[in-house]
Amino acid sequence: MSGTPFVVLSAILFTIGCVGVLTRRNAIVVFMCIELMLNASNLALVTFARVDGNLDGQVAAFFVMVVAAAEVVVGLAIIMTIFRTRRSASVDEASLLKY
Amino acid sequence: MVAFWILSPIMVAAALGLLFARKAVHAALLLAVVMICLSVLYLVQNAPFLFVVQIIVYTGAILMLFLFVLMLVGVDASDSVVETIRGQRLMATVAGLALGLLLVLGIGQVSLGAVTGLSQANADGNVQGLAQLLFSRYVFAFEATSALLITAAIGAMVLAHRERLTPKLTQADRAAQRMRAYAEHGTHPGPLPSPGVYARHNAVDTPALLPDGSPAETSVSRMFTVRGTIRPASASDVRMLTASVGDAATTDQERQGER
Repeated sequence: MSGTPFVVLSAILFTIGCVGVLTRRNAIVVFMCIELMLNASNLALVTFARVDGNLDGQVAAFFVMVVAAAEVVVGLAIIMTIFRTRRSASVDEASLLKY
Repeated sequence: MVAFWILSPIMVAAALGLLFARKAVHAALLLAVVMICLSVLYLVQNAPFLFVVQIIVYTGAILMLFLFVLMLVGVDASDSVVETIRGQRLMATVAGLALGLLLVLGIGQVSLGAVTGLSQANADGNVQGLAQLLFSRYVFAFEATSALLITAAIGAMVLAHRERLTPKLTQADRAAQRMRAYAEHGTHPGPLPSPGVYARHNAVDTPALLPDGSPAETSVSRMFTVRGTIRPASASDVRMLTASVGDAATTDQERQGER
């Protein structure tokens, strides 16, 4: 099976994640949408690895997973800190830095 | 490639659900569906190592972390539907659709070429092949990720750390507090009654019944009272209880009459 359907699926998932980041208000859901985008790019990387016949794409996907894990840990800690001070996980509430 | 055509509609539907789910917990579960389907697609594409890592790291660790934080933040914190910037949602949707159209059309235009397949690259086994790449060509990137992970762990500890402002209560302090409350207000110093005693269920949201059939308020967590999810005992339960525990001959009405 050619790689194109997989890449198209990955593009669709990436777009959905993108729209989610732009529209959702809850910081945790926004974070989940970022994870969805990372996962979509992983799918494309794995597909390219299969099409090209070498494992470099899979190694890249592996690195994306590692970075995503680190990112989630720090991001959720930030959300917890914001929630502790503002009692809300909405991205609209944390606008104090603006002023 | 039956797996792809079965899983891709499920994945797209679950991902769309992520956009429309009002509750964050539902969004997390839908994301889990997407991730598990993705791992199967990795397996289909000759990536067994990534299949396992996807399930363990993403579905197992990262999503559980998400759910953990969701529970800490409060499950009831559902999304507000109020737009803070007017027309933002519409514009975001239009921009997203444009991006998706651009990507899909662009991918449709290019030809990825003939599929080489991984049978040669995976000849020594997928894990061995990946290890060979990781520890030769990508060894510096690999070392850098270890530094990144340590930085992330320390960063999370620093961010989540909170200085204690009041001294920690020891067990002796708590005992003294309880006895003081008993001396001053007559509060019972022993443990609170357990839920469900004499009631039909012993679930944590069912209050215990006192001998006269009234619920014991202290036997259920205060949270249930606040949320209003307490399951009161049915009238027949109360009648049965007063018949067996209280004076067998007197029911509630008779007692009322006596007074």
